[in-house]
Amino acid sequence: MMSREGITVMKIRTLGRHVREGVKNLNRNGWMSFASVSAVTFTLFILGVFLILAMNVNYFAKSVEKQVEIRVFMADLTSKEDLQKFEQSVRNMPTVESVEFISKDEGLKQFKESMGDKAYLFDGLEKGNPLPDSFVVKTKLPQDTPAVANQIKQMKSVRSLNYGEGTVEKLFAATDTVRNVGIAFIIGLGFTAMFLIANTIKLTIVARRREIEIMKLVGATNWFIRWPFFVEGLLMGVTGALIPIILLAVGYYYLLDAIHSSFEASQLFNLLPLFPLVYQVALALLAIGAFIGIWGSLVSVRRFLRV
Amino acid sequence: MIEMFDVWKTYPNGTNALKGINIRIEKGEFVYVVGPSGAGKSTFIKLMYREEKPTKGQIFLGGFNVSRIKERQIPLVRRSIGVVFQDFKLLPTLTVFENVAFAMEVIESNPKQIKPRVMDVLGLVKLKHKAKMLPSELSGGEQQRVALARALVNSPGIIIADEPTGNLDPETSWEIMKLFEEINQRGTTVVMATHNREIVNTMRKRVIAIEAGQIARDEQRGDYGYED
Repeated sequence: MMSREGITVMKIRTLGRHVREGVKNLNRNGWMSFASVSAVTFTLFILGVFLILAMNVNYFAKSVEKQVEIRVFMADLTSKEDLQKFEQSVRNMPTVESVEFISKDEGLKQFKESMGDKAYLFDGLEKGNPLPDSFVVKTKLPQDTPAVANQIKQMKSVRSLNYGEGTVEKLFAATDTVRNVGIAFIIGLGFTAMFLIANTIKLTIVARRREIEIMKLVGATNWFIRWPFFVEGLLMGVTGALIPIILLAVGYYYLLDAIHSSFEASQLFNLLPLFPLVYQVALALLAIGAFIGIWGSLVSVRRFLRV
Repeated sequence: MIEMFDVWKTYPNGTNALKGINIRIEKGEFVYVVGPSGAGKSTFIKLMYREEKPTKGQIFLGGFNVSRIKERQIPLVRRSIGVVFQDFKLLPTLTVFENVAFAMEVIESNPKQIKPRVMDVLGLVKLKHKAKMLPSELSGGEQQRVALARALVNSPGIIIADEPTGNLDPETSWEIMKLFEEINQRGTTVVMATHNREIVNTMRKRVIAIEAGQIARDEQRGDYGYED
């Protein structure tokens, strides 16, 4: 019988051996390892670009969605009481986030402001303000807007309302499409990288076939044989992730820099800030790199362990 | 001790390699397995170290029911057996010492015990002075001695040899056979498949002849019995 301590010491020592062997494998098959790390780098780079793109599209879509609101115009001569009653009942709808009252006078002021230097044309309208009282209603989920609008339309004292009918539905459909295409691309690229790693490790295993055969014959356990390949795959996956992380971080930094230095561009593109985006992408790429490396190695080894 | 009870082996392509083998090999015996090519010798040998699984029947080896063990336990069975092949199966990039030490490392032996033990068995096969050489720098006989040292280094109770002299000239073959004899005299069971008539007829041992998947003959101090 071995002492408890003996077993622990053995395991740490064995772990050291596996890491050494894994690194040795990488060196021994230098060009093959290089090719496969490059493949992972390339794939993860594209994946990273898509990830950043998808996150920004999502961000943009969210900010556009947030701007979606319902403008409700009330019938003329609606009493203060009715206005309050209306506001209360809209506020009580579970899907509604906020309700803001804009009086006729307030509405005219906003209208004049939006006209800029042509505002003088509307001077004097204050006397017989033709604008109705109105409300701005926002829903908790932008997607609920059409439904809420329909409900409000049926209510008393409402003259008309406007939420960009048609346009809003198209916008939601478009952002959903962009999101789904991005996800599909990312999954497809991830699988490609996995198969590349699996294939490279398979080649290194073929090169070490005799060694594995002898290991099996003298009674090495399957896990003992597997570990170095596991380490090899993990290292390839993680190394393959590091390079695109650096490239993407630096590239995105300069992109933001370029956009912020130009007024027009910064008005047009509202991108996510560098942090925490870089951390999130780095974490995702490292995790995916490690996962595909390990998965690739285990899949390849499995076939060869049936001696 | 090795025991087989009504062991059958049918390969997926339908070949009946073994048809009802019953055998008992005592601890410390030296057994030749002879027979024409393709008669089932190799299958018989492979069943012992569980490279092949019997289709039917029971195999007991050193306290294990080899025909019934779980995948996880195969390494344990293999550690109680040393295997030697016709083509040596040495690792070309490792030195003689490293090739032998490899067998201890991969079963996670205590590293302090590896060096003295490896030098011990290299002494037994008289290759201590070539410990730092690569297999490619050795003659065929010397390479087979390294393979034998590797088979012995974990002190197995049984040595299984598949045509160990098949690639060697007669003189070198005798050197190897003397080593097997010595190992056997130290108490290790030896089971050797061979085509070498001269050796079988000179160094008389128990002979098991396998023909068409069945035991045709089993004699103590038997002879080879075939014309080459």
